[in-house]
Amino acid sequence: MVSRRRILLGTLGVTGALVLGWSAMPPRQRLRTSQPLPTRAGQQGLNGWVKIGSDDSVTIMLAKSEMGQGVSTALAMLLAEELDADWSRVSTETAPVDRIYNNLATVVDGLPFHFDDQGGIKRFAGWMTAKTMREMGLMVTGGSSSIKDLWRPMREAGASARAMLVAAAAQAWGVPAAEIGVQAGVLRHAASGKQARFGEMAAQAATQSLPGNVMLKDPAKFTLIGKPTPRRDSAAKSDGSARFGLDMLPPGLVYASIVMCPTLGGSVASFDAKAAGALPGVQKVVAVPGLRGGTGGIAALADTPWHAMQAAKQVTVQWDHGPAAAVDSAALMQQLKTTLDQDSGFSYYRANDAAAAMAGAARFITADYSAPLLAHSTLEPQNCTVLFKDGTATVWAPTQVPDIARGAVAQVLGIAAEQVDMQVTLLGGGFGRRLEVDFIAQAAAVAKELPGKPVQSFWSREQDMTHDIYRPPCVARYKAGFDSKGQLVAWQAHSAGPSIVHQYLKRQWNLPGAGPDKTTVEGAFDNPYEWPAARISHDIVETPVPVGFWRSVGHSHQAFFKESFVDEAAQAARQDPLAFRESLLKQHPRHLRVLRRAAELAGWGSELAPAADGAKKMRGIALHQSFGSIVAQVAEVSVAAADKQIRVHRVVAVIDCGLAINPNIIRQQMESAIVFGLGAALYGEITLSKGQVQQSNFHQQAMLRLNECPVIETEIMPSAEPPEGVGEPGTPPIAPAVANALFALTGQRLRNLPLRLA
Amino acid sequence: MSTLNINGKPVEVKAEPDTPILWLLRGELQLTGTKFGCGMALCGACTVHLDGEPIRSCVTPISAAAGKNITTIEGVQGPQIEALRKAWVAIDVPQCGYCQSGQLMSACALLTKTPQPSDGQIDEAMSGNLCRCGTYPRIRAAIHQAAGGAQKTA
Repeated sequence: MVSRRRILLGTLGVTGALVLGWSAMPPRQRLRTSQPLPTRAGQQGLNGWVKIGSDDSVTIMLAKSEMGQGVSTALAMLLAEELDADWSRVSTETAPVDRIYNNLATVVDGLPFHFDDQGGIKRFAGWMTAKTMREMGLMVTGGSSSIKDLWRPMREAGASARAMLVAAAAQAWGVPAAEIGVQAGVLRHAASGKQARFGEMAAQAATQSLPGNVMLKDPAKFTLIGKPTPRRDSAAKSDGSARFGLDMLPPGLVYASIVMCPTLGGSVASFDAKAAGALPGVQKVVAVPGLRGGTGGIAALADTPWHAMQAAKQVTVQWDHGPAAAVDSAALMQQLKTTLDQDSGFSYYRANDAAAAMAGAARFITADYSAPLLAHSTLEPQNCTVLFKDGTATVWAPTQVPDIARGAVAQVLGIAAEQVDMQVTLLGGGFGRRLEVDFIAQAAAVAKELPGKPVQSFWSREQDMTHDIYRPPCVARYKAGFDSKGQLVAWQAHSAGPSIVHQYLKRQWNLPGAGPDKTTVEGAFDNPYEWPAARISHDIVETPVPVGFWRSVGHSHQAFFKESFVDEAAQAARQDPLAFRESLLKQHPRHLRVLRRAAELAGWGSELAPAADGAKKMRGIALHQSFGSIVAQVAEVSVAAADKQIRVHRVVAVIDCGLAINPNIIRQQMESAIVFGLGAALYGEITLSKGQVQQSNFHQQAMLRLNECPVIETEIMPSAEPPEGVGEPGTPPIAPAVANALFALTGQRLRNLPLRLA
Repeated sequence: MSTLNINGKPVEVKAEPDTPILWLLRGELQLTGTKFGCGMALCGACTVHLDGEPIRSCVTPISAAAGKNITTIEGVQGPQIEALRKAWVAIDVPQCGYCQSGQLMSACALLTKTPQPSDGQIDEAMSGNLCRCGTYPRIRAAIHQAAGGAQKTA
């Protein structure tokens, strides 16, 4: 299994296509787990997604990690809708690791195809990939894919369970199943007046055979889907009772404070723990290697978290700094810029002959852009609790990838993955950081040193910020050519930066990365604009700095480059930024509608009242598609006269995400994504000197605060198209919308993130 | 051994006097509602009340709490926190939820002193509490809603 997965993912990473035989694979299904679901007394599992209790409780299996994006509400709605459950009796339970929970959508989305491409190769590659990932893929929460991935399987599971309950009632009452109706957890036979609650039929329902096929509801009959449903987790998150990774406190818990080599990727040469060992409560000090992209360090194990932290500080360590000791972020950025001059790189998109069109242009504009390394800074620092006992392990982890995590723990402990019980906790923020398992493999290595006792390995904020797996830096060179009448005739974009996917394959499966990587250039090559001629390419530049997935991934910087330069091109064509974009979207009515609606709601073209301190305000606009959803934003910005502080007063956001499952959560996610992106646009920058991160805590790496937060107004476009992503698509447009407003306001075109006025 | 007053009850604690209140709460007492975020009073996730005043428990040693009352998210009571919790749920403020104990403790101290805060007063009281999920617009709305609610019940 492992070797097949390695081959598969290697192939994916190399070509984005797949060549593999299918005959050995089990039949397609996402309904039944390989092992029956664990049940409490009175509970019946009707399939791998839902259990019904004799007390009428409906327990829905949550195959995605809850990190704030609302999956524990929205995914439950999908199943409850088709089950016709009583929503007030619905709860969720974290799913075990099983193949039926593998994420198909996010990997299919990772294939390097333009969304306008309807060709056979794309369809075939998508089908092959989905089929393969179903059998061998991964449980992943990421890529804004949870709803998209489970939109059908969870509704089918709900409809299937409903059919089994109906069949049980039909049998018990001796009436045709077709005459039985279901509403809010109650089965009814109108003619005879017979009725039963789910709990009364659960045991008999469990003996029914799995329906061969089921009918899904007509969307017009949805009672839950599409309604702005309150989150199920708000109360527990308002009284301190919600439990995150750090709140897992099994009896006899030992705390392990981790201090890693300040140089990324370094390791421990030797250490002296005499002073630390003499401190109160200290049990042991151990060295742990850097695993899965992490850095080596020491762990001080003690009876309380404070004792562990105090002890870790007292350990004297000789570090082996490793190859990253030669890395300076300024030199790295320079290396990326030098790469741009070579104009090689892989072409991800071509329309007509861009070089010829550019050569024939009456005039052109060109500009270079850059974006720095960024930290995720989840508010809950990285942590993981592991109990290694008698050849088995229990792991409590805030993770987005439970089965990669399970495999990593098994590998470190030298046991089979099946011997690892993986308990996914609530995540105190994810943002892509917890797609990595460096801190989980590390926690397993620490727990291996103290078998029989649960050990919670935890990082300080300083360790977290200086040992992240960072958003990659990227630079881009844009060029736009115009004819003598000022019409755009050619568009070229060339960027350079490290590849996340190559590094990820290496970290998790020790596979050599090669070939194109969509995440480097997404948002640049796959955008809706109808270029008369275009070439969009990227050069992958390797670096020893670990880089990973950061909310919206490649879009996080490519949208800033692209949407800023679209504004520059509008300026060069002497057109309004809105009108210029409209002129490039004639064949893209959905994009046009979103763009125009945002402009309309923001009052584009009208005068803005000045800020409270009298400073002038201006608007900037941006349009970007990511994770299947189209978002336009208009930002209203002013600059404080005294200190040139950039202030964003209001953001109007319009999203077309297909069918809106829960408008309440979609609005939340737009607000969240905008604040996340705005903080990065204004302040986000991680720098390295000799391979060591220079920012250690929130005084050196500022985050957006409440007093700086704009008013955010979100409108969701009505749509009957299949649902698309909502967790990330709000992030990419905010930086260019603000930069475009700053240009309108000051005449300064800011081409480097974070945005800093001269 | 020393005795502290926590959530209205005297509690015998083993921790040394220089131990930050946060780690006493989370470690020895297993009161995990109070969160660790930065350890430098920069994020507010660890906010508790000391005699009703919001403090950052990650930098306040337990020696500073001698003879005073420590109140955590688990023990806080009164019309302000009730109104805030109601608004937090009605408006769906939390996302990941990790910072929300600290947000609520700061907001509760604000409403106790200033029953109907202006936006400027909310800025001042709440800008020390980071939220990486960006729940700020809803925090502001929920405080305003709770202020209306708290006044009606008062």
